[in-house]
Amino acid sequence: MSALTVDRGTAALDVRGLSVAYGARVALRDVSLSLPAGRLLGLVGPNGSGKTTLIRAVCGIVAPQAGEVRLDGADALRLSPRELALRAAVVPQNPQLPPAFTALELVLMGRTPHLRLLQTEGQADLRAARQAMLATDTWELAERPLGELSGGERQRLLVARALAQETPLLLLDEPTAHLDVGHQAATLGLMARLCRSEGKAVLAAVHDLTLAAQFCYRLVMLHQGRVVAEGSPGEVLTTERLRRVYGTSLHVLSHPVTGRPVLAPDGDAQ
Amino acid sequence: MNVLRPAPAVDAAEPLPASERALTGFGRSPWRRYLMATAALLGAIVLATAVGPASIPLEATARIVLSRLPGVELADSLPALWRDIIWEVRLPRVLLAGLTGAVLAMAGATYQGVFRNPLADPYLIGVATGAALGATIVIVTDTPHSWHGLSVLPMAAFAGAIASVVVVYGVARVGTTLPTTTLILAGVAVASLSTAITTFLMLRSTTHTLSVFSVILGSFNTATWGEFVWALPYALPAAVVILAHGRVLNVLSLDEEQARLLGVDPEKTKLLLLGVASLATAAAVAVAGTIGFVGLIVPHAVRLLWGPDNRQLLPMSILFGATFLILADLVARTVDQPSEVPVGIITAVCGVPFFLYLLRRARVGSFW
Repeated sequence: MSALTVDRGTAALDVRGLSVAYGARVALRDVSLSLPAGRLLGLVGPNGSGKTTLIRAVCGIVAPQAGEVRLDGADALRLSPRELALRAAVVPQNPQLPPAFTALELVLMGRTPHLRLLQTEGQADLRAARQAMLATDTWELAERPLGELSGGERQRLLVARALAQETPLLLLDEPTAHLDVGHQAATLGLMARLCRSEGKAVLAAVHDLTLAAQFCYRLVMLHQGRVVAEGSPGEVLTTERLRRVYGTSLHVLSHPVTGRPVLAPDGDAQ
Repeated sequence: MNVLRPAPAVDAAEPLPASERALTGFGRSPWRRYLMATAALLGAIVLATAVGPASIPLEATARIVLSRLPGVELADSLPALWRDIIWEVRLPRVLLAGLTGAVLAMAGATYQGVFRNPLADPYLIGVATGAALGATIVIVTDTPHSWHGLSVLPMAAFAGAIASVVVVYGVARVGTTLPTTTLILAGVAVASLSTAITTFLMLRSTTHTLSVFSVILGSFNTATWGEFVWALPYALPAAVVILAHGRVLNVLSLDEEQARLLGVDPEKTKLLLLGVASLATAAAVAVAGTIGFVGLIVPHAVRLLWGPDNRQLLPMSILFGATFLILADLVARTVDQPSEVPVGIITAVCGVPFFLYLLRRARVGSFW
């Protein structure tokens, strides 16, 4: 659990000693992590390990019992919803979407924090939405009602909505869960590119460890609400640790091009 | 990494090509729609003012109304009785029906948006049953119907409606949040309680059953300028606040968590919108009784015809709600002359078949 050596003043996201409980059940215990601008950080861990809770606490949906969250130095717990939405955009997991609204209308809702009460979306907002939809391969869905779209298409639209919000920080909760292999790689690849070219900071909770290992500069592994490992994908994803945390034995191979870890289960070939 | 698609070349400064703007329907103003709906409303007002048991020519009706404008004198040669019928009886009745229809449809659309529930109507959290209880208490206790020139019945109905909403809010509140499910359940529970008390009082004093019943069914047959002017200060500010929140209501129709993530404070917004909608509904119920179906059906009809965007849904609901109730009241007072049919029966008999037709016609999934 080595502390990251990042100057606290410049971190896009800085979490210190965060603890969250739902009633008597403790979901996060003393979690700390730091994410500098221009980096894609992967949040991994088994089901129920606290990944979603961490994202929800950072964006103000659940109130922590202890600890602090700083977004580019500002205390997230004191920000209004609008100020928070100007700093961090979130792709939630399986949210409800009203079926009669169109894809473009949904993505334009990402512009909400930029608009005043009586203001309607202008050309600048439409451009931001269009650019986000082109980047996520959803522009051709623009006028389709959400009720007609597949799970993967909706998921990419949620990513587009977060991009249209034009925030320095992106928090993604399982952004690749409903996607095919091509769109999984495209989505995380897009995030990596945005980090590099626009200096965004991205925190992504990802179940697929192999996928996370290829795109993230570092991984933070949660288990039972605690950070159990943190470092480069090669440091975090070891056979021994995976057996302890996931309770299964995995072979850690090496990617032929990047050298990053690739995981394969034991299997039972019939 | 070779599965990566190349980054699409998007120049953010380049304006959208006209074809793409047209494709998505953006920037297309629905002014034609508003113009049509406004014309329909004005037509309904003229028609309903001109038609009644005393046959007054349309031209005379127009002259009487116009002569109220300062400096215009067109009605000198017309019988004074006509002037009284048009100005003191029909016009306030027509305008009160329009105001009530507008308020109920607007409140219905707001409730459906905030609760994300297609079954929500303006009476969902106990406004109607509270008003009925307040009015019933006045009727069965033989309280004088007028106090210092103010009519007591609408005041009691208003007080009952507000009391009911306050109790529902108070029960449903958890800390600083107002969970939607709790709010609906508390509303249903409080409504059941007020209905039970109203029924008990009604049965205890059988001589008043008919008066109580007419309050519950709703009617405009005692409409006066006073009632219209009294309800206006509740309806107008509510309309301003609600219309200003059309885009925010769209965001709220995702769900509360997403609304918060997009920078909208769901609790504040809910409290404000439900507060003003309930206040306006309470005022409408106080002067018109509990007229059903308008608040449920009109917003849905608009949604089925033109989609769910609240920025259009709210103004169109206001215009159509007013038109619908004016015409329904016209039918209510002319279909069975000389007696009147309660307007709530007309809204159900005329509105429901049209609504069912729209439902049948609607594509799957476009309903909500």
